[in-house]
Amino acid sequence: MTAIPMEHGLALAGVLFVLGLAGVLARRNIVFILMSIEIMLNAAGLAFVVAGARWAAADGQVMFFFILATAAAEVAVGLALVLQLYHRFHTVDADAASKMRG
Amino acid sequence: MSYIFYISAAVAVVATLLVVTRTHAVHALLYLVVSLLAVAMVFASLGAPLAAALEVIVYAGAIIVLFVFVVMMLNLGRHSVERERGWLAPSAWAGPTILCLILLGELFYVVACGGGAEVIEAAEVGPKEVGQALFGPYVLGVELAGMLLLAGLVGAYHLGRREALGEGEGEAPQ
Repeated sequence: MTAIPMEHGLALAGVLFVLGLAGVLARRNIVFILMSIEIMLNAAGLAFVVAGARWAAADGQVMFFFILATAAAEVAVGLALVLQLYHRFHTVDADAASKMRG
Repeated sequence: MSYIFYISAAVAVVATLLVVTRTHAVHALLYLVVSLLAVAMVFASLGAPLAAALEVIVYAGAIIVLFVFVVMMLNLGRHSVERERGWLAPSAWAGPTILCLILLGELFYVVACGGGAEVIEAAEVGPKEVGQALFGPYVLGVELAGMLLLAGLVGAYHLGRREALGEGEGEAPQ
C-alpha cells in the first residue's frame, strides 16, 4: 500500500470548498445555493476524514458523522424554505425575498 | 491505493465544477451525485470505510432524494434554463470567483509551506473503532445530533405546511 501526502487530501478539500463557496456567491437560484452549501459541508467533512486518516484515529470519522447529521437537518429545513419561497413569490430567485417584514 | 485517490479526486473536482456551472437543475443534481460518489471513493481510499458508506447512503441517497423531490415540485421547465443563463452573466460570477481563487491560492500556500511532509499511511480505521468512539467519549454529541435532527424534522414540517402561508397571498390551504 502506498502512502498519500496529507497536503493532497487537504488541497482536495480546499478546492471542493472553494467551488461550493463560489457557487453560493455567484448563483441566484436558491436550489443551486443549497446544493453549493452541501458541497461546502461535504468538503469540511473531507478535511476531517483526511486528518483522522493521518493519525489513524476514529475522531475524524466521528466529526464527519456529526457534519452529516447537521447537513441532513440543514437540507430538510432549507428545502422547506425553498418551497415556501416558491409558493409565496412563484420564483426561485433568492433576491425575491430581500425584504423583512413583521 | 494512491491511484484510486487521485483519480477519484479528479472526478470529484470536475463533477463539482459542473454542478456549480450547470443551468439545468436536474443535470446539476446528477453531477452532484457523481461528485459525492467520488468523494466516497476518496474516503474508501483513505481507509475510512464507514464514512464512505455513510456518504453513499445519506448524501448520495437521502439528501439527493430530497433535492429531486423539491426540483420535481418546483416544476422548473425550459424557460428556467434560459433565465438561469441570463443570471449567469460573466459580470455576475467573475468577481466572486476571482476572490475565491485568491483565497484558494492562500490556502495552498499555507498548506504547502506549513511544516514537513505529513504522509497518510493507508491504515484502515474500521466501523468498530468509530462506533466505540461514537458511543464512548462522544455519546453526548450523538444525543445532541439526535435532538438537532428532531428539531430539523419539526422545523421542516412546520415550514412545509401550506397553512404556514401568509393570509391573503398564495393558494388556499389544502
